[in-house]
Amino acid sequence: MRLEPIANPTWTRSLGLPAVALFATVVVASLLAMIAGAQPFSVLGLIVKGAFGSKFATLETLNRATPLIFTGLAVAVAFRAKLWNIGAEAQLYMGAVFTVVLGTGALAWPAFALLPTIAVAAMLAGAVVLLVPTFLKTRFSVDEVVTTLLLNFVVLLWVSMLLEGSLKDPMGLGWPKSARLIAEARLPRIAEGLRLHWGFGLALISALVVWVIQRRSTLGYEMRAVGLNPAAARFAGIPVNATLIKTALLSGGLAALAGFSEVAGLKGNLTLDISPGFGYTGIIVAMLALLNPLGVVVAALFVAGIFVGADSMSRAAGVPTYLADIMLALALLAMVLAIMLTKFRVRRD
Amino acid sequence: MTDPRPEAQVVLRLENITKRFGKLTANGAISFDLRQGEVIALLGENGAGKTTLMNILFGHYTPDEGHVEVFGMRLPAGNPRAALAAGVGMVHQHFTLADNMTVLENIVLGTRSIWRLGFGRAQARQRIVTLMEDYGLRVDPDAQVGSLSVGERQRVEILKALFREARILILDEPTAVLTPQETDDLFATMRKAVALGLSVIFISHKLHEVMAISSRVVVLRHGKLVAEAKTSETDRAAMAQMMVGSEVAAPVVRRADPGAALVTLAGVSSPDIGSAPGLKNVDLELRAGQITGLAGVSGNGQTALADLIGGLIRPASGTFHVKGDAPRGWSPHAAISAGIARIPEDRHKTGTIADFDLTENAVLELYSRPGFSRHGWMNWRAARDFAAKIIRGYDVRCPGPETRIRLLSGGNMQKLILGRVLETAPSVVLANQPVRGLDIGALTYVHEQLLAARDRGAAVLLISEDLDEVTALSDVIHVISEGRLSPGFARGAMTPAELGVWMAGDGFEEAPHAA
Amino acid sequence: MDILDILLQASFWTAAIRIASPLIFAALGELICERAGVLNLGIEGIMVVGAFAGWLTVYLGGGLWFGVAVAMLSGMAFGLVHGVLTVPFGLSQHVVGLGITLLATSLTYYCYRLALPEVTSPPKIEAFQPLEITILSDIPVIGPALFNQTPLTYLAFVLVVAVTLVLYRTPMGLALRAAGEDPAAVEAQGLSVSAIRICAVMVGSGFMAVGGAFLTMSAFNSFFFEMVNGRGWICIALVVFGSWKPGKTLLGAVLFAAFDALQIRVQQTPLGADIPYQIFLMAPYILSILALVVMSRRAQVPAALMVPFNKGER
Repeated sequence: MRLEPIANPTWTRSLGLPAVALFATVVVASLLAMIAGAQPFSVLGLIVKGAFGSKFATLETLNRATPLIFTGLAVAVAFRAKLWNIGAEAQLYMGAVFTVVLGTGALAWPAFALLPTIAVAAMLAGAVVLLVPTFLKTRFSVDEVVTTLLLNFVVLLWVSMLLEGSLKDPMGLGWPKSARLIAEARLPRIAEGLRLHWGFGLALISALVVWVIQRRSTLGYEMRAVGLNPAAARFAGIPVNATLIKTALLSGGLAALAGFSEVAGLKGNLTLDISPGFGYTGIIVAMLALLNPLGVVVAALFVAGIFVGADSMSRAAGVPTYLADIMLALALLAMVLAIMLTKFRVRRD
Repeated sequence: MTDPRPEAQVVLRLENITKRFGKLTANGAISFDLRQGEVIALLGENGAGKTTLMNILFGHYTPDEGHVEVFGMRLPAGNPRAALAAGVGMVHQHFTLADNMTVLENIVLGTRSIWRLGFGRAQARQRIVTLMEDYGLRVDPDAQVGSLSVGERQRVEILKALFREARILILDEPTAVLTPQETDDLFATMRKAVALGLSVIFISHKLHEVMAISSRVVVLRHGKLVAEAKTSETDRAAMAQMMVGSEVAAPVVRRADPGAALVTLAGVSSPDIGSAPGLKNVDLELRAGQITGLAGVSGNGQTALADLIGGLIRPASGTFHVKGDAPRGWSPHAAISAGIARIPEDRHKTGTIADFDLTENAVLELYSRPGFSRHGWMNWRAARDFAAKIIRGYDVRCPGPETRIRLLSGGNMQKLILGRVLETAPSVVLANQPVRGLDIGALTYVHEQLLAARDRGAAVLLISEDLDEVTALSDVIHVISEGRLSPGFARGAMTPAELGVWMAGDGFEEAPHAA
Repeated sequence: MDILDILLQASFWTAAIRIASPLIFAALGELICERAGVLNLGIEGIMVVGAFAGWLTVYLGGGLWFGVAVAMLSGMAFGLVHGVLTVPFGLSQHVVGLGITLLATSLTYYCYRLALPEVTSPPKIEAFQPLEITILSDIPVIGPALFNQTPLTYLAFVLVVAVTLVLYRTPMGLALRAAGEDPAAVEAQGLSVSAIRICAVMVGSGFMAVGGAFLTMSAFNSFFFEMVNGRGWICIALVVFGSWKPGKTLLGAVLFAAFDALQIRVQQTPLGADIPYQIFLMAPYILSILALVVMSRRAQVPAALMVPFNKGER
C-alpha cells in the first residue's frame, strides 16, 4: 500500500473520520465494560452523568480539567516545534515544590504581590527542568524523549526526599506531606461558594495567550518552521537552537503552572500523589486537540470528563476505573490514525 | 554502435502502458519493444514521463492500462520482485544503497531466502569478483558504501543487477553524476554487457551520449511516445526537436562587464562533511556583473563551498571576505543581511517547508525584517502582499498565497524561491543546481533570471553538475574536484574534454595552485 | 563494609545478573525494532503486559514455559498494533509508542482488577527456580553469579548470541539492518520494507514482554502495579549506550545492574544510612542520562531510525 496526499480534503472526510475514531473508541470501551459484567450503554450513560450530570460533577470536571489544560498546552507548544517533552510530570512537580517553598510563609507579602511572584518562580523552575534535556539535545543531540522520561523519575524521587526532609510538615503526624500554604498564597475561588478556583481562569487565559503567540508572533512562526523542517529553518537563518530553548521555557513554564494551580488552588499543600499522571495525560490532551491551544481546552474537558465520569461509574457499575485510561489510549491511537487519513489516501500498489 | 539483427529476440515489450496521477496523464498508451543485444535510448525532458514508465516496468507503480512482457511472459503489475526475478535490473538515478553496510552486503541483500542460515559470504565474493572482471567494474567488496565515490557507487548498483543475473539493464540518467572520463568507462561496461547478450535501456537527455551509445531512440514528450528511430538514421538536431517539440533556443548571453570582487576566498579550507570532501586551500573571487560557473561531479566539495558562502559553515582556515570585510559570526542570517541571495540545492529539504503555505514560505528568510514584523509580532498582511507580488512577478502558477507549497510543481516552487531571494535586489546570487529536475520552460526562465541578475550588476555563482549548463551561462569557469578548485577559465577557453580532465582531478598535479 | 568487599561477593554478582536479565530481554527487543528503523516507546507498557500475562497463565495453572510463551505472544500482539500504525501508515513513532504504553498498561490493570477483584496483597506463584550448572558453578565468584541462575536468565544470554548471529550472519539480519539503514535499497531489491519492519517490531515486542515476564516469573513471583517502574525507558537508553549492538547492550545492562545492586547494598552500610534512600534510587536514572550523553558522539544510529518509508515518495 501507498499513501497519497490529498490536496483538498472534503468536509465529510475531515470531520467524518475523527467521528468514526471516537465512535470506534466508544464501541471497544463498551465491549470491555460488557466483559466486566456491566450493561455497555448504562456504563456510557453513567460516565456522562458522572462527569456533567450535576453542578457538583461539572465543577469537579472543571477542576480536574485545569491541570490538564496546562500540561496539554505545555505538550502542544513543545510538540509544535517537535521538541518531544514527555517530562511535563516532572515540570509540574517542580512548579508545585516552588509554590510550597515560597507560599508557606517564606514571603509574607499580600496576595496581589505574592501570587504572581510564586507563579513566575514556579514557571522558571519548571522551565529549568526542561532546559536540561533541551540543552542535551541541541548540544549533544541526545534524544529528549528518553531524557525527559527519565527525569520524571528523578524529580519525583527528589520531591519524595523533600517531603521526608526539608519540606516535611512538622505537624503532619509523620506523613510525607508539606505544610499548608498561607492564606495569601492561595488562589481565590472564582465565585463565593463555588468550588472552582482561579487556576481554571488562569488556564483559559494561558490557552488564549498561547494561541495568540502561535498565530501572530515571530516566535510562533519560528516554532512551527523548526518543527516542520529544521534543515530549511536553519538554512533560512531562523535560529533553531534558540527557538528550541524558547519553546522549552514556554513549555516547561506552562507545565509548572499546573503544579502551582493544583497546590495554590485546589489542595493547599504538596503530597506525592498531587498528580495522577497529569503530565502524561497532557500528551493525550494535546494530541486530541491537534496541538491547537484552544482545542486543548476542549480536549482537557473531554479527558477530565472521562476520568471524573469513570470514577462515579466505577462506584455504581463495578467496572474498574482503568476503563477511563483505556478509552483515552484508544481515542489517542484512533485519532492520530483518523487525522492522518484525512490528509492522505491509501492506495493499493 | 552495434546494430542488432532485426530477427533478434524481443526481450521486453511494453504494451499500451497508461498511468494517470489525478488529472495528469504521466504515460499515455506507450508501446515499444527492446530486442536482445540492443541499447535503446529513452529520451525526454524532465517531466516527460520517463521515470514513471521505468517505475511501472520495474513494478514500483501499477499501470492503469497496459502491461509489460519480459521474454514473452507477462509480468504481474506492481511487483518489483517479479520484475527482478524475470531478469530486469534497474540502476536508479538516486542510488538505493545503505551507506553503513559493505558493498558485498548491499549486493547480496535480497538475493537469498531470508530463512537461510548464513549467506555464503565466500561464494558471493567469488561471484562478485568474476562479474567485476567480466564487466570492467572495479570496487572493493568489503568497503563501506558510505566511503565510496559516486562513480564507484554506480558500479555497485550495476553489480547488484548483474549479481541477480539481470538480462535487461535499465540505467536511469546514469551519466548525470559522472565525469566525461567515467562516462566513457560506463559506456565500455555497457558495450561488454551487450556483447554478453544483455539488453539495455539508457535514459538520458544528453544527445551526444545518446548518439554515442544507443542503437535505437525512443522519445517521450508530455507522457506520449512521439518518435522512435534508429540512431544511425537520425541526428542531434532532429532528436532535440522531437524531445522539445520546437527548436531549442540557446540563451542569448551578452558580454559580461565584470566589476569589483564582492566575495573573495583566499586559501580557504573547511572540514569534510560526512563522505563529501570539504574545501582544500581554495581561492575564488566572485565579481559583480559576472557569472562564475562551478563545474564538477557532485560530491566533490560543492556543498562545502555553497554552505560557506550561504552562511551555514565557517572557514577552518584561510581568509574569507564579503564586500571587503571579513565577516564575524558568519551565519545564514548574516549572509542574507550581506545581500547574498541563496538558491539551495534541494528545494524540498532546505529551500521550502512543505506544509507551510506560499506566504509563510515567501517570508522564511525575511520575517524578522521591519516590514514583516514589529516587536516580535508578525505582520501577516504585509507577508501576504509580498507573496502575491512574487506570484505575479515570477509567474508562480498556484491557486493563491494560501496554498501549501507541497502541492506545487518543482518549477513553481523554484520560481517562488527565486522571487523570494531576487526581490530584495541582492548583490550576490548563489545558485546551487538551480534547474535540477525542472522542465524546459522553467529551466529557461531560471536561466533568464540569473542572466538578468548578472546584468543588473550582481555577482552570480552557478553550481551545476551539468557541464553544458555551466559552459553556456558562465563568464568564468572553475572546476572543483576533491575539494580543490581549478583556476578560473574564461568563457570558451577550454573544451568540455579539457574541463573533464580537471573534473577527474588530473589537472591539479600539473598546475600547482595558481592564485 | 567496604565497597570493594561488596564487589567481591558472589551474592552481589548473582544479584546483578538477576537484575540485568529482564533488561537484557527488553533492550534486545528494542534493539531489534530500532535496527529495523522503528523506535518502540511501547516498551514500558509491553513489559507490563508480559509481566501480567506470564504471571496470570501460571496463576491459572499453566506451566512456566507456557506462561513465557503467552507473555511473548501478548507482547507480539501489541507489537503488531504498533507496527501497523507506524510502518504502513507512517504515524509518529513517539505518539504511537506512548499510546501503546498507556493502552497496554491500562488494559493490564483493568484485566488484573477483573481477574482479582478483591485482593489486597498480590498472590504469589511457583516461579522459576535457580538451575545450578554443575562444575561451572564452582568457579569462585563468577561461577555462582553466572551458573546458578534461573533458566530465563540463561535464555537471555543465549538470545544475545542468537540475535548477534542472526543480525550479522544471515540474510534475514541483513534485510533487517538494511531496512533500518536505507529502506529504498530494500524495496529496490524486491523485499517488502513494511513486512520486515512489522515483523521486527512484533518479535522485538515479544522479547520486551518476556523481559516483563521475568519480573513476575523469576524475580518477584507475583504481579503488582508499577512493578516495571521505568525499566523500559532505561532499556531505550541501554540500546543507545550499546551503540545498537547486542553484545555491547548486554554489557551495558550488566554494568547498569551491577550499579543498581551496589546501591542497594551501600544503602545498608553505615555510610549509606546517612544519605536519603531516594538518592540511591535516583542514581540509575541519572546514570542512564549520563550514559546517553557520553555515547551520543560515538554512536552509529541506524540511518533510517524514525524515518517512515512511503513507497510513493522517492
